[in-house]
Amino acid sequence: MNDFFYIYIFMLAAFTGYEVISRVPVILHTPLMSGSNFVHGVVLVGAMYAMGHAVTPLEQALGFFAVFLGAANAAGGYVVTERMLGMFRREKKEPIQPIPTPEKVS
Amino acid sequence: MQWIIDISYFVVAALFILGLKAMSSPVTARKGINWAGVGMILATLVTFLTPGMRNYGLMLLAIILGGGVAWVLGKRVKMTDMPQMVAVYNGMGGGAAAAIAALEFARGEVTGAVVTTLAVLGALIGSVAFSGSIVAFLKLQGLMKKAWKVPGQNLFNGLLALITVLLGALIIASGPSTPVLLLFFLLALVLGVVLVAPIGGADMPVVISLLNAFTGLAVGFEGYVLHNPALIIAGIVVGASGILLTQLMAKAMNRAITGVIFTPITGEAQASAG
Repeated sequence: MNDFFYIYIFMLAAFTGYEVISRVPVILHTPLMSGSNFVHGVVLVGAMYAMGHAVTPLEQALGFFAVFLGAANAAGGYVVTERMLGMFRREKKEPIQPIPTPEKVS
Repeated sequence: MQWIIDISYFVVAALFILGLKAMSSPVTARKGINWAGVGMILATLVTFLTPGMRNYGLMLLAIILGGGVAWVLGKRVKMTDMPQMVAVYNGMGGGAAAAIAALEFARGEVTGAVVTTLAVLGALIGSVAFSGSIVAFLKLQGLMKKAWKVPGQNLFNGLLALITVLLGALIIASGPSTPVLLLFFLLALVLGVVLVAPIGGADMPVVISLLNAFTGLAVGFEGYVLHNPALIIAGIVVGASGILLTQLMAKAMNRAITGVIFTPITGEAQASAG
């Protein structure tokens, strides 16, 4: 593919990202942050590809590190988002609880 | 075989975008995360089919270890501790993007001005997101209680950022050499620490959201280096939506993003003021 073609993909993807979440209610800010954290876990795919072409021990170690971290991002991101959104299940007339924001630590 | 992979990545990109769209409404949010989850599984499975790959055993081990640990921790952690878990997993993604860049530099696959520039940018942003997210986790978990603040903080951070960017420019201009690369990665990691360390706990969700957007951008840039459209689209979509989300969150808290980063409210500062 022509290099310039990728610039178009970058631009269109940026507009898509902006547009897709532009009307998100405040209550969903944290779950959506978590959800998009899960989506960039697709870095796992890139890590697998890079590791699949590693030859020397150093390259293999870097690849292992990348795949390990990428898998953790994807799996952890899913579990955490799924649990947060589980709180939105509308049963038993329970009021929707906002996701707790962290305590002040400073 | 290649066409299966191409079509799958296309479907994956669509599932991610639809998933994020669904996640921005309370009625469809749970459907959204499941669509994105299906996309992730499809992307991972199909990548195993890529022709000419090696290290399958080690790769599988890394996926099982990393995914397994993260899955179990994510299930067990208390609901109130969720924000710092998001920070940790986000840091992992940033670290993975930086490690991909390091690996591609080691393989000597990074050639040409555009590819090198994006590899360097991805490495810088990914490293900052990695170390910054870990500091954010330590703070929210209460393991790092003291606000770390020195006089001339902004000047120091600015200088450090400038030196790191100059090193990156050196790599782009004169090609990667091991000592410069090592120093570059090291300074980028330190930069993430010093940027997040002075920020108070109340501002943390905004910072985590910003670091999340950073990781997205890093993933998108490394996707260009690897010529992988799924990474580019998912990464840039998350980068752009993450930046917007950060603005929305800061607005909901009545804070300006620049204020969060450059004039952090710390416990000590409040104590001395009041």
